[in-house]
Amino acid sequence: MTKYIIKRLLGMIPTILIIITLSFFIVRIAPGGPFDGERVLTEAVRRNIEARYHFDEPLVKQYARYMFDVLRGDLGPSYKYKDHDVNYLIGNSLPNSIVLGSMAMAVALVFGISLGITAAVKQNTILDYFPMCLAALGLSVPLFVVAPLLQQIFSMQLHWFPTTGWFMTTGGGGWKTAVLPTIALSFAYYADIARLTRSSMLETLRSDYIRTAKAKGMKNSTIIFKHAMKGAMLPVVSYLGPAFAGILTGSIVVEQVFTIPGLGKFFVQSSFNRDYTLIVGVVIVYSIILVIMNFIVDIVYAQLDPRITYK
Amino acid sequence: MKDFDKEKVILNVEGLQTYFKTDAGILKAVDGVSFVVHEGETVGLVGESGCGKSVTNLSIMRLVPSPPGKTVGGKVIFDGKDILQMSEKELRNIRGNKISMIFQDPMTSLNPFLKISTQMIETIRLHQDVTKKEAREKAVEMLRLVGIPKPEQRIDCYPHQFSGGMRQRVMIAMALSCHAKILIADEPTTALDVTIQAQILELIKALTEKFNTAVILITHDLGVVAGMCDKVCVMYAGRIVESSPTEDLFEHPMHPYTEGLIASVPKLDDGGKEKLFSIEGQPPNVIDLPPCCPFHPRCRKKMGICQAMYPPVYHKDEKHHVACWLYASKEEIDNALKEARDVRK
Repeated sequence: MTKYIIKRLLGMIPTILIIITLSFFIVRIAPGGPFDGERVLTEAVRRNIEARYHFDEPLVKQYARYMFDVLRGDLGPSYKYKDHDVNYLIGNSLPNSIVLGSMAMAVALVFGISLGITAAVKQNTILDYFPMCLAALGLSVPLFVVAPLLQQIFSMQLHWFPTTGWFMTTGGGGWKTAVLPTIALSFAYYADIARLTRSSMLETLRSDYIRTAKAKGMKNSTIIFKHAMKGAMLPVVSYLGPAFAGILTGSIVVEQVFTIPGLGKFFVQSSFNRDYTLIVGVVIVYSIILVIMNFIVDIVYAQLDPRITYK
Repeated sequence: MKDFDKEKVILNVEGLQTYFKTDAGILKAVDGVSFVVHEGETVGLVGESGCGKSVTNLSIMRLVPSPPGKTVGGKVIFDGKDILQMSEKELRNIRGNKISMIFQDPMTSLNPFLKISTQMIETIRLHQDVTKKEAREKAVEMLRLVGIPKPEQRIDCYPHQFSGGMRQRVMIAMALSCHAKILIADEPTTALDVTIQAQILELIKALTEKFNTAVILITHDLGVVAGMCDKVCVMYAGRIVESSPTEDLFEHPMHPYTEGLIASVPKLDDGGKEKLFSIEGQPPNVIDLPPCCPFHPRCRKKMGICQAMYPPVYHKDEKHHVACWLYASKEEIDNALKEARDVRK
């Protein structure tokens, strides 16, 4: 197992290098550049800018220069936010996104799994219909509707929570600021997890070995938690890897609505601005998280299912 | 052969009816099945696929998936109490303790996520007041008894590390670990290859004799029945059409279906010249079956009455019963025909 873990960790390095290389070239294929505005720049100004950012050099040389910087841990200057470099921008926003994403994922997991199991065990009763209706809503109602609706109800009418702010920024308000964005962001993930849990639990409960457990005289609760749980959790675990990476960078709507200084904003804006270094920087962060999460998922998988062994 | 009539009756199934609700109508999987099991007796349930053998036994244990299945009538008396009326708690005390089951497919019947030791120890501790260590010793003992080599080490393996035959041995060890009074074996050898089949059957026979456990053996293999069972019930379309001590059944089959079954067993001594006999046609769809003998479309000896009414049970002697119009007197048939005509009017 240790050997496998080391092998996987080493295997991540070429994966990430390939991702960096591809994204470096792909963003440059897109028409336009970071300094193309409505105003046409004079030849001299354009040359000056290009020289400053080494745009006048051959692409291969730019690539080599960039790779060298990245390997030293420097993601380069931002072409749009000229006061800061990419390291600073990501370093400031990533913790907010991680905290928000983790809280939302935790909420989604707790409610998704518990309600999903209840729905499967009490199939075709109110305890099944209600969580599944909620899940259908979570899947179909977009976040830009859910988030303002929560603000309207819980901030404007009930005055329980502030509309905006973020407790991790100075002067951003207390813990209460975290509640609404967490709920809003977790909603869609709750929906996925609850539905996955329900369907895989139902399937597991119909399997032969559950019948054996019943024939042995086991209690229902023991059957569900000791015999069925592990098998039923497998699809949920494999879903969690990509979902966790997605929740960190995909929180743009929630960040905008609740004014949270997160990574999602840069993920979207940098593409519009053709802010090459910031795009690639965010992609690197995203892919590192994704690769690590997939790695963790594989390890957890092997822990859950004894039939899987890694060598 | 031992006479089991003198032994105590431990299981009495009376008029068991289990129906399934389907979109096409009500499927009468088991429709009025009755039989008794004496202490230590081996009863065979024989019939084609889909004739209700498995559902009968799942109904005895109340394991029929509900919905869509439901046991709507009958009694299953075990030790003087009706299992069908028991509370969940009483039922759990019967399952795995007094009556235990082994299933057709050993590959899927053991929990792949739990060690053999976990699965065996939990069964023993569920029904017996022993410590974990004692339960483990008992489990090892049982595994040794069913012929698992090095049981002290193998007990900590997962099911996927065993072959099919070994898994079925584990299932048997688990089923007998609480000295159940009745072992229900639902086609225990169907998923295994032939050499292993014989071993497993021998094992079941030896162990149940040792523990004086009664066995209900579900099978579609008459060879297995001949070797294992004291008594046979032949099932067709959810009913028992003939029941008899094994020897008597093979020597004097009364129901045309039983005759057909016996005739369709390949014989090794005829030089391979004769073509193998097979019963023509398919078993009937048991949804909305009209009142008739369900076997009549395939029967070589059918009469007019067979299409109009289900035959009553005739007793050749105390132990040999058959449900077929062939053994009715002319008077009875005439009366039944008249009755059927009246109903139709």
